[in-house]
Amino acid sequence: MMLASLIAILMVGGIAAGFLARVNQTACRWLSLITVTIAFGIILFIWIDEGLSMTLTDSWLRDLYIPWIPSFGIAFHLAMDGLSLLMLALTFFLGILAVLVSWKEIQYRVGFFHFNLLWVLAGITGVFLTMDLFLFYFFWEVMLIPMYFLIGIWGHENKQYAAYKFFIFTQASGLLMLLAILALYFIHGEQTGIYSFDYFALLNTTLTPDTARWLMCGFLIAFVVKLPVVPLHTWLPDAHTEAPTAGSVLLAGLLLKTGAYGLIRFVLPIFPEAAASIAPIAMLLGVVGIIYGAVQAYSQTDFKRLVAYTSVSHMGFIMLGVFAFNELAMQGVVMQMITHGISTGALFIIAGVLYERIHTRDILRMGGMWKKVPFMGTVAMVFVMASLGLPGLGNFIAEFMTLIGAWQANKLLTIIATAGLVFATAYSLRIMQKVFLGKNIEGHGITDLSLREKFILVPLCIAIIWLGLFPQQVINTAKPTVANGSHAKNHAAIHNRTRTDNVQYTSAFDTERRKP
Amino acid sequence: MIKLLWLIPTLPFLSALILILVGSRLSWRVAARIGAGSIGLAALLTILVGYEFLSSGKDAYLHVAWNWFQAGDLSTTFAFYLDSLSMVFIFVITFVGFLIHIYSIEFMQEDEGFSRFFAYLNLFVCSMLILVLADNLVLLYLGWEGVGLCSYLLIGFWYSEEKNGYAARKAFIITRVGDTAMAIGLFMLFTVFHTLNIQDILTQAPLVWTTGASMAVLIAFLLLGGAVGKSAQLPLQTWLPDAMAGPSPVSALIHAATMVTAGVYLITRMHIVYELAPLAQLWVGIIGAVTLLIAGFSALTQFDLKRVLAYSTISQIGYMFLAMGVGAWSAAVFHFMIHAFFKALLFLAAGAVIMALHHEHDMFRMGGLKNKLPTIYWTFLIGAASLAALPFITAGFYSKDQILWLAWAGEKGNLWFFLAALTGAVVTAVYTFRMVFITFFGEAKTKISHVPGMRITIPLVILAALSLLGGFIELPHTLGHLTLFSDYLSPLLPSVTLKEGIESTEWAIQLVTAALALGGVYFAYILYVKQPKLSDEIKSSTFELHQFWFRGWDFDALYNLVFVRPFVYLSRINKNDVIDQFYTGLVQITEYFNTAFVKTQSGILRWYVMGIVVGAILIMTISLFVQP
Repeated sequence: MMLASLIAILMVGGIAAGFLARVNQTACRWLSLITVTIAFGIILFIWIDEGLSMTLTDSWLRDLYIPWIPSFGIAFHLAMDGLSLLMLALTFFLGILAVLVSWKEIQYRVGFFHFNLLWVLAGITGVFLTMDLFLFYFFWEVMLIPMYFLIGIWGHENKQYAAYKFFIFTQASGLLMLLAILALYFIHGEQTGIYSFDYFALLNTTLTPDTARWLMCGFLIAFVVKLPVVPLHTWLPDAHTEAPTAGSVLLAGLLLKTGAYGLIRFVLPIFPEAAASIAPIAMLLGVVGIIYGAVQAYSQTDFKRLVAYTSVSHMGFIMLGVFAFNELAMQGVVMQMITHGISTGALFIIAGVLYERIHTRDILRMGGMWKKVPFMGTVAMVFVMASLGLPGLGNFIAEFMTLIGAWQANKLLTIIATAGLVFATAYSLRIMQKVFLGKNIEGHGITDLSLREKFILVPLCIAIIWLGLFPQQVINTAKPTVANGSHAKNHAAIHNRTRTDNVQYTSAFDTERRKP
Repeated sequence: MIKLLWLIPTLPFLSALILILVGSRLSWRVAARIGAGSIGLAALLTILVGYEFLSSGKDAYLHVAWNWFQAGDLSTTFAFYLDSLSMVFIFVITFVGFLIHIYSIEFMQEDEGFSRFFAYLNLFVCSMLILVLADNLVLLYLGWEGVGLCSYLLIGFWYSEEKNGYAARKAFIITRVGDTAMAIGLFMLFTVFHTLNIQDILTQAPLVWTTGASMAVLIAFLLLGGAVGKSAQLPLQTWLPDAMAGPSPVSALIHAATMVTAGVYLITRMHIVYELAPLAQLWVGIIGAVTLLIAGFSALTQFDLKRVLAYSTISQIGYMFLAMGVGAWSAAVFHFMIHAFFKALLFLAAGAVIMALHHEHDMFRMGGLKNKLPTIYWTFLIGAASLAALPFITAGFYSKDQILWLAWAGEKGNLWFFLAALTGAVVTAVYTFRMVFITFFGEAKTKISHVPGMRITIPLVILAALSLLGGFIELPHTLGHLTLFSDYLSPLLPSVTLKEGIESTEWAIQLVTAALALGGVYFAYILYVKQPKLSDEIKSSTFELHQFWFRGWDFDALYNLVFVRPFVYLSRINKNDVIDQFYTGLVQITEYFNTAFVKTQSGILRWYVMGIVVGAILIMTISLFVQP
């Protein structure tokens, strides 16, 4: 039940915060903060309690199965393994920071803002936990709509356009996924006589190579749009740039990761052969993304847009690693998901903090700020270095493992991807130069980080350094998921375990043939 | 004591951390004590650790701090590995580093970024120590990139100058090009050996590869890519002259004594791989030979005191590469150590001169400092003599002579290497004493504003002593035959096999070298003291060539044309992302159809009737012709 409570806490907290704002805005902020902190606490508790003792054969931590619409084989089925655990830890960590960065920035319709914020988090939580494909699609939409509002209402100058674009890209690709889910559901139903949306049931569907390829494309497109992969990336610079800081943090830190998560959770296990057959193309797209994103980032003058393109570049590593099909690369991908969430989130927060002070995101109008804001400069330096992959910071571990794994799969593409690190150096140092170094052009009399801002950015710094020096805990947690081919099938063990605990349980596997 | 090895890199790290976190609130006295004190302690520890290590007679000592990361086959540790090679390096890093820190206290006293400076400098020392103590290549890479970061931070230390920032970024990006090659080399090593532990690779390499195995050659070339980036060798040498934008102590420590020799360390450390890859090793020598000449000629034409020294550093590292190319590993390391002494000395002395003259860098506006700054003059002269390898008394003579001799007599040596080294020796003597004569002789052109104090002069004197005496731990056959240094390294680094029957020529080679070095000094004396007009005439008659050398053989222009400008251009023209035009186009088409169809809904009845009639006729016509 702990899993369901995570989602419930956020949803209820969101509604409560929404209403509370009518009485007292500060109370609304505090309530949101407490809500996410509780969720974070729960995850940490599970991690310390069980996550550290996972083994390769006993890799599922929790499972919850409540029939929802039995006649269609739809269930409220949540389960957690190491990967979900890591993603949720990241979700709530960034969630807390998202509430904190909005403390001063959001002064307009505060209640509705926090409602949306918490509901996005709830949607993301659902996405990371759901083991029922119908429910998965549901949560996929739950995280989309509040995000649309976050961008559309509290965004910058061009917010309407960006919000539409974000919505249409995600929605259109999501529909393709829905079609693929339905097709899978019917094929599986006809084969076995059991009509079920359950992930673990659908895993065993036998598909002809052709069908598999088409269905996989449905999933793949939804996920690579989210990731995003060039040439489907153009929603991202707009959305990231126009969103309020909290929105950018959630977009870059979490929403992109749902795409990566989808690839690992669904595309590879359900369509292993089809995925292997497109691996070279997928890796190529990844490398194109790395280079294209980096080249684009170099010429941007809008701070947030620049960082957005760096995301495109960094997400290329995910495509490269996922389709390299080996443990090292996959560990790199998981690490990248986490470290990119932290480092890019931090850069967006710095952009936001600067915007609050000088009301521009144009880096050509900045410069020489180190003198005025050395603390901010130091923090920015850490994350700029993270983004260029400096060893000692988490991103290096991620990129190094991805590349060394990808090398085993495709040498040429790995060489190009490695060369991308030079471009990463170029655009990263440009950020530092234009914003903090050089001459102070406009003589902004700005102040250094406030206590609240330090409270946001210092933990991010510690996290990224910690991940760079002591990444093993994360690797161990992800290991059962990525190292073991039969991980998904291990699920039966915990599934049966919870079955005795849970009276409401009726298994999709036991039920008589149900036809819609 | 040896158990405290881990403290040697940790001390500088902790002090860097303290200075970064609370440095701005500390007085300069406290900041200086923390900054320099930590390095002093590290140097002290190095002596204690070194003493115990040497007296223990063991080959190596390993300290595993923690397991860094492990996934799949890849397992890395945060572990420090001390053997005779890393011992030499940590000794030079901590000692020369300490002297430079002492010097910096006075040099940077007035600077508002005082504690920031020491924080970066300490972080550098820490990274450099990790680099040379790393027991696996991933950790080495951490140190490798760490020193790159500190180099970037310190070149751009005076950040409000736009050009300093440019130089800093240039250094970082160009070395990263080399690092990319090196990273790919690591991937390949991992594929072959399933480990990145240095000792494991070195023990397995001879078992896996035969001499000349193509994989070994390829990997050796890729690692060489990393080495030429860091060590500013051809074709990635262009960043170092610009790196002189940093404060002088930085140039002394990072861009002369330690960081730029990281490439030498890497290749020496992996020497077993290079001996299995003769082609790559030959190229190490070729790169060294060509670089030492190119940089030497460029040094002849510079007027900025520090740029002369920068080119000279490139050139001297070229000698080290040449030595490695002929398999004279211990000669390369010996020259590294001696070079660290005299080049640090020269940079520090140059820094003192520049500070004394209101930050004047142009040698031609100096002059006549011989009597006004005697300590600086004498120490600089000693450094210069060592650099020019004046025979018998200077350390530089013994270290360079060894390289020249082995380039000639070694099994892998050849005439071309020898001639390049010999020409380089003359050129070195000329540009070095050109620098001495222009700066310290003749008329004074700028007034002295700051007379250096004890913190500046004492490090200079110590380094000067080392630049003279450091050579006497390794003397050639003909002169005393003392081999303390190479014996010390010999279990680790094999000595060079000489060509048969060549030993008898050693004294002749030495005589030629000595004569050429002295001849070079005399030539400089004529050109810049006796008949200064002559040098102007030479300059004006070969103006084109002079300018070409002055610009560093136009490598910058070439790279700008081939790499930088196309990249920036591509990036600029596509700022608005051409791919997005496609989606915008989709929207426009949709809107176009929308407006088109909206027009049909005009509300005019006769248009609707006409539409129905035309439609009906069309359908009937089609059904007439198309039979189902």
